[in-house]
Amino acid sequence: MSDFETVASSENQAARRGPSGEPGAPNQVGVQKPRSLAGDAWRDLRRNPIFWISLVLVTVVTLMAIVPGLFTANDPQDCVLSRQNAGPSGGAIFGYDFQGCDTYARAVYGSRASLLVGALSALFTGVIALVVGMLAGYFGGWVDAVLSRVIDIVLGIPLLLAAIVLLKRVSTAGPNARITAVIFVLAVLGWTTAARVVRSSVITAKEQDYVAAARMLGAGNGRIMWRHILPNSLAPAIVVLTIALGTFIAAEATLSFLGIGLKAPTISWGQDIDTGRIHMRESSTPLIVPSAFLALTVLAFIMLGDAIRDAFDPKLR
Amino acid sequence: MTNSTVQPTPASATPEGGHLLEVRDLYVEFRTSEGVAKVINGVSYHLDAGETLAVLGESGSGKSVTAQAIMGILDSPPAHVRSGQILYQGHDLLTQPEEQRRQVRGKEIAMIFQDALSALNPVFPVGWQISETLRTREGMSRADARRRAIELMDLVKIPAAERRIGDYPHQFSGGMRQRVMIAMALALNPKVLIADEPTTALDVTVQAQIMDLLADLRRDLGMAMILITHDLGVVAGVADRIAVMYAGRIVEHADVRSLYRAPAHPYTKGLLESIPRLDVRGQELATIRGLPPNLMRIPSGCPFHPRCPYVQQVCVDVVPHDLVLGDGRTSACHFAQEVRDDSAR
Amino acid sequence: MFRYILRRLLQMVLAFFGTTLIVYALMFAGQTDPIQALAGERPVTAAQRAYLTEKYHLDQTGVGGFFYRYFDYVRSLLQGDLGQSLTGRQIGDILQQAWPVTVKLALIALAVAVIFGVTAGVIAGIRRASIFDNATLVLTLLVLGIPTIVLAPLAQYFLGVRWPVFPPTAGAEPSFYALLLPGIVLGSLSLATALRLTRTSVAENLRADYVRTARSKGLVKRRIVGIHVLRNSLIPVVTFLGVELGNLMSGAIITEGVFNIPGVGFNLFRGIRTEDGPLVVGFVSVLVVVYLVSNLLVDVLYAVLDPRIRYE
Repeated sequence: MSDFETVASSENQAARRGPSGEPGAPNQVGVQKPRSLAGDAWRDLRRNPIFWISLVLVTVVTLMAIVPGLFTANDPQDCVLSRQNAGPSGGAIFGYDFQGCDTYARAVYGSRASLLVGALSALFTGVIALVVGMLAGYFGGWVDAVLSRVIDIVLGIPLLLAAIVLLKRVSTAGPNARITAVIFVLAVLGWTTAARVVRSSVITAKEQDYVAAARMLGAGNGRIMWRHILPNSLAPAIVVLTIALGTFIAAEATLSFLGIGLKAPTISWGQDIDTGRIHMRESSTPLIVPSAFLALTVLAFIMLGDAIRDAFDPKLR
Repeated sequence: MTNSTVQPTPASATPEGGHLLEVRDLYVEFRTSEGVAKVINGVSYHLDAGETLAVLGESGSGKSVTAQAIMGILDSPPAHVRSGQILYQGHDLLTQPEEQRRQVRGKEIAMIFQDALSALNPVFPVGWQISETLRTREGMSRADARRRAIELMDLVKIPAAERRIGDYPHQFSGGMRQRVMIAMALALNPKVLIADEPTTALDVTVQAQIMDLLADLRRDLGMAMILITHDLGVVAGVADRIAVMYAGRIVEHADVRSLYRAPAHPYTKGLLESIPRLDVRGQELATIRGLPPNLMRIPSGCPFHPRCPYVQQVCVDVVPHDLVLGDGRTSACHFAQEVRDDSAR
Repeated sequence: MFRYILRRLLQMVLAFFGTTLIVYALMFAGQTDPIQALAGERPVTAAQRAYLTEKYHLDQTGVGGFFYRYFDYVRSLLQGDLGQSLTGRQIGDILQQAWPVTVKLALIALAVAVIFGVTAGVIAGIRRASIFDNATLVLTLLVLGIPTIVLAPLAQYFLGVRWPVFPPTAGAEPSFYALLLPGIVLGSLSLATALRLTRTSVAENLRADYVRTARSKGLVKRRIVGIHVLRNSLIPVVTFLGVELGNLMSGAIITEGVFNIPGVGFNLFRGIRTEDGPLVVGFVSVLVVVYLVSNLLVDVLYAVLDPRIRYE
């Protein structure tokens, strides 16, 4: 279940707890010509094959979600029991599943719900994380104390267990309500890691000279937060959210697999994996194809976020 | 002050004619993805039994790297010793196999570091850390090692040593931690102690106490000491000779008294003039203009020329050799004579 | 040390009430028909309706009623009274029966993570940027990126059905061998995380100043790495594994469901599918408590391992 306790958090923990030994050179080796962090990061990224592979995968699956018709001409809902578990024919390059639906077409159309849930959950998560992290980091004091405790508590709730409880409430709602519910659940439970990242980057930015300068020039809190601090916190937040997007897609699939996430007629990989699993002895492709789609999509987002983070934070390598 | 007290020099320590420790024409570079930084460019110095040599320089001048090269604890990569010799009792350490070098560390030459908090292992009690080499290298029993650790802690004047032996580094004050560091370095009775900025991280009052302790211990135990520092004030009371480093070279080398009286290198002169003096009122403190050089692109000729008030065309074109000025003094400046005469005036 | 533990304990109590309140509120607040919600789409008999009304005090209404019901729920939870499932069995009994096999499975998973994850992590940390290091980085990224709902069925298919190396399902009273494949699947995620954590930690500690000191003392490399570096590096790893044990016990829903292992997760899995509300709520409540307690134990363990915390 800890799939979605995020890849990032445990490693950050290590970094936080480890001693702060600085590398190698005992004395500073000369003065370097200043180069921008973003420039350095991009130079690193450009040479990283994992970055390019994941970027291509993300682009393909996004395109698939927006215009599935580009990838298959078949209708995923066109299921005829007479071709139950039939082999490949026509456009159905992976054959048909237990219900006689085109396995490949279902996998292609399944990307839409997954990506929609993943992207919107990440978006709402981002908004909550930015607001909470900004308030806690900027105002400090009791605001920080209260918000940090809230973060601790929410972080202490096992995501899958809470999602199970929450989603039981909407067990009878229609397809759109279910998508909304899943997004809501993931956003409400998943914002904490990102909020912590935002909070610490806000605290760092707050100490910078230009913020003090802006304050002395009479800029109000709102303006300072919006114009000076927000831009600095955005980059680390986006990295965390990219990884979170991947884990949200995995979480949605897991919930759908359990039967409390998305339900028919919405096509989702999680459900198809569950059906494929039950009938794996008769035919394995209906299990393997949606599994591969899901795994590649989740991997692509996690690898993308991982690569960007490594590029921006070289000392973790 | 010159420390010319007669030292109880061990007979075997120095083979006839040679020095206890001698660095000869050492070159070290750091090979990084950014390029090659020439950190040490032909450093030579020597240390005789029982004396204190101060190595002075800004950060980046290569003084710590030289010391780590002597100890054989450079991080390589990126560090790479390109050429040179480090002779200890006449034997070149650089050509010895690692196992043999390890035997020298701690037992013959020991080292203490700048920041004792990070230099001590946070998860082991100080007594354990002090006695570690006694147990692992001398084969002492746990109880004997513990007794010896308490002795060592007494020696470095840590109060209530017996009670504090089980405490962890973070439970000590900065000065006490540095004393723990010193006790640890002394455990195997080394003949040479290298102190790398031992007081930089400490309060001014504590600095003096630690320097006094080091001076006393060196005298009582008959060790030789290399004192690495960027602080001229620290040096005056304890050192016999001073080697001033700049951009990975020794630019001036002299006994303490003559160097203070009349520095023969513009860099040393600049350093001395930037110390506040009590005997001159209303003076404006001099500073050395410019920044330390980038070690990836060391200036042509004399590396100090962009910052030097004596600069001439020859300084840009020709690398100055060590100019011997008598009394064991050298200065790597084309105009050493003039600078010294200037300073003496 | 005492103050530290006391503070953690208070935090845990706070978290306990926070979490259970949230779980409870999510379950019952603002429902038009909470009983039907508990039962999902199943028809509810009059007897069940009466039992649930009494069990959850659903006749108490309003905000006051909500808190009355909440504290009643907490009280019975603390007394170990979880009530009956919709099938009429005592939830406490089901839990008791399911517990041992889940613990066994979690321990296998943890052992897999420790033996392979920590060992490989130490090697990767020492030989940073080597082929071994880069290979483990890519492999762990793969493992971290593949959801359990993909890994478990595929492992079952390929290693249980297609090439039957392991029994595909465990069934009642499973043997150690039958639990091995599910244990590996369950532990793979912890393995990958433990590996990365160990690697980062070892690599960072190798660059620490105290390593330079240890070298200058003339210690052999084996001792520097094996004692000085390892003792420091394993602090975050051990605490991670502690939290993970709690996670694994509650996190086996998918794995136990797929491999048909009659443990806690399997019962929860079935409870979700059969829409047995009381069972799900009861199990989730207990698992949340297990999770919180394991977190507390880890905090204490952390203090034992790190003197900087112990003497705060």
